[in-house]
Amino acid sequence: MISFNSIADLIKLAEDNNTTISDIVVKWEEENSQTSPQQQYEVMARNWEVMQESIEKGITNQQKSLSGLTGGDAVKLEAYKGKGYTGEAVLAAAASAVGVSEVNAVMGRIVACPTAGSCGIVPAAVKAAAEKNGNTEEEIVNALFTASAIGVVIEHNASIAGAYGGCQAECGSAAGMAAGALVQMAGGTPEMVGTAVALAIKNLLGLACDPVAGLVEVPCVKRNGFVAVHSMVAADMALAGVKSVIPVDDVIDAMNRIGKSLPRAVKETAEGGLATTKTGLELAKKIFGR
Amino acid sequence: MFFRLGDIFEEVSMKGLFDIVGPVMIGPSSSHTAGAARLGLMALKILGEPVVKAEILLHGSFAKTYRGHGTDKALLAGIMGFEPEDDRIRNAIDIAKERKLEFSFDTVDLMDAHPNTAILKLTGESGKCTTIEGSSIGGGNIVINRIDAFEVHLTGQYPALVVVQKDKPGLINKITGVLALYEINVAYMRVFRQKRGQEAMMILETDEDLTDDVLKACRVASGVITAFAIPAI
Repeated sequence: MISFNSIADLIKLAEDNNTTISDIVVKWEEENSQTSPQQQYEVMARNWEVMQESIEKGITNQQKSLSGLTGGDAVKLEAYKGKGYTGEAVLAAAASAVGVSEVNAVMGRIVACPTAGSCGIVPAAVKAAAEKNGNTEEEIVNALFTASAIGVVIEHNASIAGAYGGCQAECGSAAGMAAGALVQMAGGTPEMVGTAVALAIKNLLGLACDPVAGLVEVPCVKRNGFVAVHSMVAADMALAGVKSVIPVDDVIDAMNRIGKSLPRAVKETAEGGLATTKTGLELAKKIFGR
Repeated sequence: MFFRLGDIFEEVSMKGLFDIVGPVMIGPSSSHTAGAARLGLMALKILGEPVVKAEILLHGSFAKTYRGHGTDKALLAGIMGFEPEDDRIRNAIDIAKERKLEFSFDTVDLMDAHPNTAILKLTGESGKCTTIEGSSIGGGNIVINRIDAFEVHLTGQYPALVVVQKDKPGLINKITGVLALYEINVAYMRVFRQKRGQEAMMILETDEDLTDDVLKACRVASGVITAFAIPAI
């Protein structure tokens, strides 16, 4: 019987069994839901397939969203990526993440990861990593299992819903999931996975969820681009041997407590922050006609 | 209030791996789009036949933001039997018109109901009508709160046996006896009634699918007015 309540538990289980976090959680899922590792692999491989389709569609899609607030930025970034300060791989990841988020905004097909509002981060970072490392599909799918395990712990000990924890719960969780996946894809240790999660989340603590007109568009779409890159930096720091002074489970605890103390106005209610700026209010009025 | 073991375990048990990476869905919102599609789908399963007319009332956040989130399209898509990942959701309004499905959307104030709540008044092709109230409670998960006059609690996660019966002693025993005979395990069970001694409803969520034989056996039990199955969605 496999049981864990924290990232530290996952790391210890992986170390004691001389394996990866993904290997541990696939066995855990098998015990819990009576689905074989093969069945789980198929579902996760399908998720990866949909993620890739959403990236492909995202970086070519020019369509505006229902509200007209977003659309077409991934195409701009994709065209610009060779010229930027941060390098082509980083900008390609930003383009992919913005693209997936734009596909979401035009009612296209995406994988919630962990939510629809944060759906671009993990796919974009994982794709960039796979291209850099030349990972096999199996390695990618396993990294997605590790990402999922990280999300399971966050959901258990904090939250993955903007309405409960603000954007740190959605994009912050996605950043932690992506950073952990990227460490595993580069052959990093389970401990390094934990460090990457800590670093990624720590630097997004307290993030407000204040979307204009209550729609998953502004600032969500572009934020997906920023946070995909953020998760890559966190993975790189961990792989370089940088440690987090505050251990990962303490960071998740901090995220939980901050989430509880954030005002309701910045927890997906569209009653504060960017949503209630002069422009934000005008846009909401224009979209909903009141 | 209904005491439900699941409520306790839901607090402490962890999500599965595919609740975090997944589901595959049509955007933009798991609660306002994917959940809305599942609400529509569940309403269709409860009606049990193709819908020809749908009057839909939206409350709270659904009422405020449904256009921007495509909640209206998702609800209609579900009513037509489309899954939350079906990309026809985006064109559901046009498809409904092509299918001559008569529909209307309006807003309603249900006071302290969950912010993402909809009431669906559906008419089926045989003329059968049913009114369903349900809420999208986050992450694409839903709860059906009301079926016609009955307050219920139904999630669509399990196959459900719905029995409308006279409120009198011994009926629960008869129905669970039928399930025992067919080796069907009950995950959750709830009994609802309007008034003592009148019509009552029981809903049994089960681990196994419910066959026609099971339904027939339930219907012949004395005191049972009707019994039908709602598949998991």
